[in-house]
Amino acid sequence: MTEETNHNLTNLLSERFGEKIKSVDEPYGLLTIETTKDVIISVLQFLKEDSQAAFNFLTDITAVHYPEKRAIAVVYHLYNMVGRVRIRVKVFLHEQQPDIPTATSLWNGANWMERETYDLFGVKFEGHPDLRRILNMDELNVHPMLKQYPLEDPNRVDKKDEYFGR
Amino acid sequence: MSDIKIVDAPAGIEGSGFFATSFDKVIGLARSHSLWPLPFATSCCGIEFMATMGSHYDFGRFGSERLSFSPRQADLLMVMGTIAKKMSPVLKQVYLQMAEPRWVMAVGACASSGGIFDTYSVLQGIDEIIPVDVYVPGCPPRPEAILDGFGKIQELVRNESGRRRDSPEYKEMLASYGIL
Repeated sequence: MTEETNHNLTNLLSERFGEKIKSVDEPYGLLTIETTKDVIISVLQFLKEDSQAAFNFLTDITAVHYPEKRAIAVVYHLYNMVGRVRIRVKVFLHEQQPDIPTATSLWNGANWMERETYDLFGVKFEGHPDLRRILNMDELNVHPMLKQYPLEDPNRVDKKDEYFGR
Repeated sequence: MSDIKIVDAPAGIEGSGFFATSFDKVIGLARSHSLWPLPFATSCCGIEFMATMGSHYDFGRFGSERLSFSPRQADLLMVMGTIAKKMSPVLKQVYLQMAEPRWVMAVGACASSGGIFDTYSVLQGIDEIIPVDVYVPGCPPRPEAILDGFGKIQELVRNESGRRRDSPEYKEMLASYGIL
């Protein structure tokens, strides 16, 4: 059933968007497609509004930093509540220019998700109504989930490397 | 009948119809048994504090039945739980609103040192922003440990000189935290 649904969805998407759907994969049965930032909103809109796809619910927006590829991938998770089908949509952006159009035009719920992704990864969502930090303090001058920044706080004094075999 | 304990009078000179001692001792004695704590509870250590306030451990026995939820009326700031960096200006403001003399107790690993949250978003111990008198270790500490820490605070309060808060050392210490 999952295989058939995923197959139908892939056909539907490649029929509509052709070359713009760059790669299709199904890790653990979850259909994962990659597209580009110029069509991402049309892809999401199609997935939301098409009667066969009907992904009415935006589960999450997040990002992944790949320093070796000098890329930031923005990841959208959608859910079709009626058919109980999930899909994952990825867009790869260049590290130096992480701009992408906002999805708030489709789902109001995207507002805080995009603010979180901006806060942690520095992805700029163009057209977002209120793009400012949501979790971290305003004075933080980095986007801490980017891998060039250390996870640990430099002010910690009791964690000496010798105790941890480093 | 329960055995009601009353604290002993401080050392002094006693005679027929008079008792003489120093203000420091009398004020210290009175203060130490009537501290009004402000519970600044942000996570699981706060749950342990609820147990400490409950009838089994009965924090009120030590003169702290009355919690103060306004910093302006509190003597003791009890910080219990993880303090995120975003929370730190709030905590500092609460401390600034307290009137002297004021004491601070860091309850649990997070308030004392950041605990397991060694990360960019968490304050690595509240002593980065405000001075702390007593640290209670534990993750979370048991109510007995919180009571023990409170006992240490009472000891400090009882033995504090009436002029400590005017001393240049104290002012210098506050200045090192950017508090004037």
